[in-house]
Amino acid sequence: MSPPDRPLIELIKATKRFPGAGGTVHTAVRELTMAVAPGEFVAVVGPTGCGKSTTLSLVSGLQPASAGQVLVNGAPVAGIPDGVGYMFQSDAVMPWRSVLDNVASGPRFRGAGKAEAREQAADWVDRVGLAGFEGYYPHQLSGGMRKRVALAQTLVTHPRILLMDEPFSALDVQTRANMQDELLRLWAGSGAAVIFVTHDLDEAIALADRVVVMTSSPATIKDVFPIPLPRPRAVEELRLTTEYVRIYREIWESLRVEVDRTRQRSVAHA
Amino acid sequence: MPDTMNVAPAPGAPIPGPAVEETEQTILSGARRAHRRRTRNTWLLRLALVVVWLGSWELVVGLGWIDAFFYSRPSRIWSRLVEWFTQGTDFGTIWLHIWVTVEEAVIGFAIGTVAGVVLGVLLGRSQYLADVLAPFIKAVNAVPRIVLASLFVIWFGLGLTSKVATVVVLVFFAVFFNAFTGAREVDRNLIDNARILGASRGQVLGTIVLPSATSWILSSLHTAFGFALIGAVVGEYTGAQAGIGFLIANAQGTFDTAGVFAGMIIITVVALLAEWGIGRLENRLLRWRPNVGAVAAPLI
Repeated sequence: MSPPDRPLIELIKATKRFPGAGGTVHTAVRELTMAVAPGEFVAVVGPTGCGKSTTLSLVSGLQPASAGQVLVNGAPVAGIPDGVGYMFQSDAVMPWRSVLDNVASGPRFRGAGKAEAREQAADWVDRVGLAGFEGYYPHQLSGGMRKRVALAQTLVTHPRILLMDEPFSALDVQTRANMQDELLRLWAGSGAAVIFVTHDLDEAIALADRVVVMTSSPATIKDVFPIPLPRPRAVEELRLTTEYVRIYREIWESLRVEVDRTRQRSVAHA
Repeated sequence: MPDTMNVAPAPGAPIPGPAVEETEQTILSGARRAHRRRTRNTWLLRLALVVVWLGSWELVVGLGWIDAFFYSRPSRIWSRLVEWFTQGTDFGTIWLHIWVTVEEAVIGFAIGTVAGVVLGVLLGRSQYLADVLAPFIKAVNAVPRIVLASLFVIWFGLGLTSKVATVVVLVFFAVFFNAFTGAREVDRNLIDNARILGASRGQVLGTIVLPSATSWILSSLHTAFGFALIGAVVGEYTGAQAGIGFLIANAQGTFDTAGVFAGMIIITVVALLAEWGIGRLENRLLRWRPNVGAVAAPLI
């Protein structure tokens, strides 16, 4: 165990550059510095395409940083660190496996026996509200249900770090609010540190303890806003409170400048 | 507006609406009847096409418009088939020849498929290896491989081995290119997800890459088994002591056109049976895919 004062995730001036089109080098994120403590829920908002997802790739070890440091549990990230869960924007459930076997795949990969893995999976399928659908294949489920499968698939491994890349962006408004409530319910008391990337400011405020605003590309951290709304939260009702509206206005002031800049740039390119 | 719900119809007045109300049963039985009628008509039309084709062939030969010596006739082919199956061929029972051909095709098919899948997936996952080997594979694929049958007879003799070798080179490439493409087209997200969930390289290959390439590989097996039979028959044709290809070669040597056609028909039936089996396998393995049955059904 790390000492309690030590953050679980630390980015210290982390920069990621890619070889871009036409022999140029594209900077996705530059000099990111942030820390996330265990049990903390951090939302990252920024204009579309600014490099929010890259932040998650760096923490998950799917991509190495070009410069700076990325620490998980005090150790530099090399490869995928232990205890990381990742929910992708698009569907990443295996279409050829049933709901139960999809959820069981994490424990199976980690060496659990088939019966044991299925037992753990059945518990999580039930917890995300899919009891009775264990034998279904993903194509037989709605978009929201597939997200539940992905959520169970991630949570069954008991991640201490949960990385979420706009996981609910493809869902309709009602289903999305549903899934946000569900996520908060399942996360509460798990002690997991969450980095939740989204371009939806409503979603960020409703879920997070802190909202990090990124600049337009190449992205770096512009502002950090604490969200002092009490938990447990009910997403839909939260939006009607005056406190919520005040916070929204404050953050939007900061975010709007970056969104405008991105928009102008894309108009100039078009 | 008056509340029409509460207005009772005048005594004796007909209730407005369709003359016969459709219940669930009538809708369903109507749909079933339409489906049955369609299926029956399809088969009747197919039968009619065969009758017209064979009938006109028989007729023009009977009228002497074309020469039965060169073109044979359905009735003669039929009696040749009957003769083969009841009295046997000049070279032993017909079942022996069928068995020889099927054995060669199946063994070669199995070896070629396994080799094609293994190498295809390997190269599909390794860009570097694929780049290195690409020109060689293209070159070998451009060679008219059927000619290798002659070489194989010289190298391996008249027995099973030379036919299997011919089948393998034909099947391999059919499967290889599909396995290669299938392994390449795997969703990046699925692989990342599996890695995060703790999958090793081998587990990624077995649980993500292979299943996702399966639909590509299976669709190649249809063509591949066709190639397997062609390989076996051509191999036998080139030099053999038994098999359907050998019977056809022998029939050609004695100007027995009916025998050539009869051999062709037997091969066709074997191919259709194999096709049916592979289709079954495909439906079983791809149960998870939406509407596999619906897509395959119209082809039956």
